[in-house]
Amino acid sequence: MMEKIAEMKGLTKSFGDLKVLQGVDLDLYKGENLVVLGKSGSGKSVLIKILVGLLKKDEGSVMVMGKEISELKLKELNALRLKIGFSFQNSALYDSMTVRENMEFPLVRNVKNLTRKEIDTKIEGLLDSVGLPQSINQMPSELSGGQKKRIGIARTLILNPQIMLYDEPTAGLDPITCVEINTLITQVREEYNTSSIVITHDLTCAKATGDRVAVLLDGQFKAVGEFSEVFENATDERIKSFYDYNFIQ
Amino acid sequence: MAEKTYERRPTITKNLDKFFTGLADAFAFVKRFFQEIWFPPYEFKEILRQCYEIGYRSLPLISLTGFIVGIVFTNQSRPSLSEFGATSWLPSLISVAVVRAMGPLVTALIAAGKVGSSIGAEISSMKVTEQIDAMEVSAINPYKYLVVTRVIATTLMLPILVMYTDFLALMGSYINVSQNELVSMSTFFVQVFEAISFLDIFSSIIKSLFFGFTIGIVSCYKGYNSTKGTEGVGKAANASVVMSMFLIFIEELLSLQIVNAIRNG
Ligand SMILES: Nc1ncnc2c1ncn2[C@@H]1O[C@H](COP(=O)(O)OP(=O)(O)OP(=O)(O)O)[C@@H](O)[C@H]1O
Ligand SMILES: [Mg+2]
Repeated sequence: MMEKIAEMKGLTKSFGDLKVLQGVDLDLYKGENLVVLGKSGSGKSVLIKILVGLLKKDEGSVMVMGKEISELKLKELNALRLKIGFSFQNSALYDSMTVRENMEFPLVRNVKNLTRKEIDTKIEGLLDSVGLPQSINQMPSELSGGQKKRIGIARTLILNPQIMLYDEPTAGLDPITCVEINTLITQVREEYNTSSIVITHDLTCAKATGDRVAVLLDGQFKAVGEFSEVFENATDERIKSFYDYNFIQ
Repeated sequence: MAEKTYERRPTITKNLDKFFTGLADAFAFVKRFFQEIWFPPYEFKEILRQCYEIGYRSLPLISLTGFIVGIVFTNQSRPSLSEFGATSWLPSLISVAVVRAMGPLVTALIAAGKVGSSIGAEISSMKVTEQIDAMEVSAINPYKYLVVTRVIATTLMLPILVMYTDFLALMGSYINVSQNELVSMSTFFVQVFEAISFLDIFSSIIKSLFFGFTIGIVSCYKGYNSTKGTEGVGKAANASVVMSMFLIFIEELLSLQIVNAIRNG
């Protein structure tokens, strides 16, 4: 079997009375793209935020690269976070900074002794690979939603992460831009050799980018496997309707 | 289950609970400032940028207000003094009032309005749009980068702004006095400086440092702990101003007591 890079067991999380995750088990293997499906409010964002320690789990275990997240000291957690790229649902670009400064910000604070030239080469290279070299001096407010997403992805790639977490990379984008983002995600995996979790509502995206899909329902993963396995053998009505809704003939 | 029992408790104990957890939260927030300020990275560039922003944002309004306060206060004090034929005391009276109380207070209140609201809004919108989370996941300490820098900047800038306001208020006063009492500038300022002591200037600077710190830390706290959604941004900005102003008045009262004790003791 392939090597596990992240592993969740019996993970639970509630906010007050609201039980969001209720015993989640999920493995992420090295080099795979895992797609997480689930309807709005099912706890997908919460799940990956726990994975990088932005939120604290209630119970269960979360291991990333062999380390239990909740037991790490801040320093160790930060070291681990550098190996994880997190692309936020709404891009989360620093809106007081230009695109260049947005990308430089995490780089110069985490990698010491870079020359101006090395920094520029790295930034320009990444902007090229997300297809936005001309935006380097723009402010985030001047970018479209799709452009922001791509800059957000480029910014997380600047620290060469081994795991990429994409929170709804295609939400709210037109179908053509969606295809572009999907291609970008696949391309990132090939070029940077990452393992990734892609959260989405969008089955086209799931089919295009995912090696495996996992469906989050009622705070648990009800079906995990290859795309065809999950949807062709689906017994749960809700999984079926998810499929039908996305591919209306 | 724990939540259910919590729900059933009377509102008053629940609110009391909320008040004290809020207080503990705020205390921890302030404590963190004093823990983090000593360690690198020091972010000098960001501190400078914030100092510039603070000065730039509040300068026009402070200039105008300082000047007008000087003129108006002089004008309004004249009748009472002239009843005793003591209008020659105007410069000393104005000087004491401006340096001891009005300069710091007016500056701090304006800064609370201009700077406090913008810091509160900026930080809470960064929180709402997950920019603070984004810093955290790229192993950057957002408290240090956002809070420590801004609090240092407001703390350092306020005394400077206060001195500037004092100067403009005295200039305004001079213009009024010179027109009515035909006093020369040098005579006016000799009287001004004779009236105030080292203790006056020193306590005014210390007081301004506290005002600046208060504006910075309160606004950052309100921004950092704002509720989700765009509504939270407005609330945070508003709460920053209200809370800062409230605390500034309390500090003013305390400093009055302390300085009086020193002066008489
Ligand atoms: N910090 C928080 N405090 C309180 N409740 C929260 C918090 N974060 C998330 N929730 C709640 O947890 C639930 C799941 O949120 P989450 O953001 O994970 O949904 P999602 O699956 O990502 O949905 P979407 O597809 O709309 O992004 C929601 O009901 C939300 O209100
Ligand atoms: Mg989400």
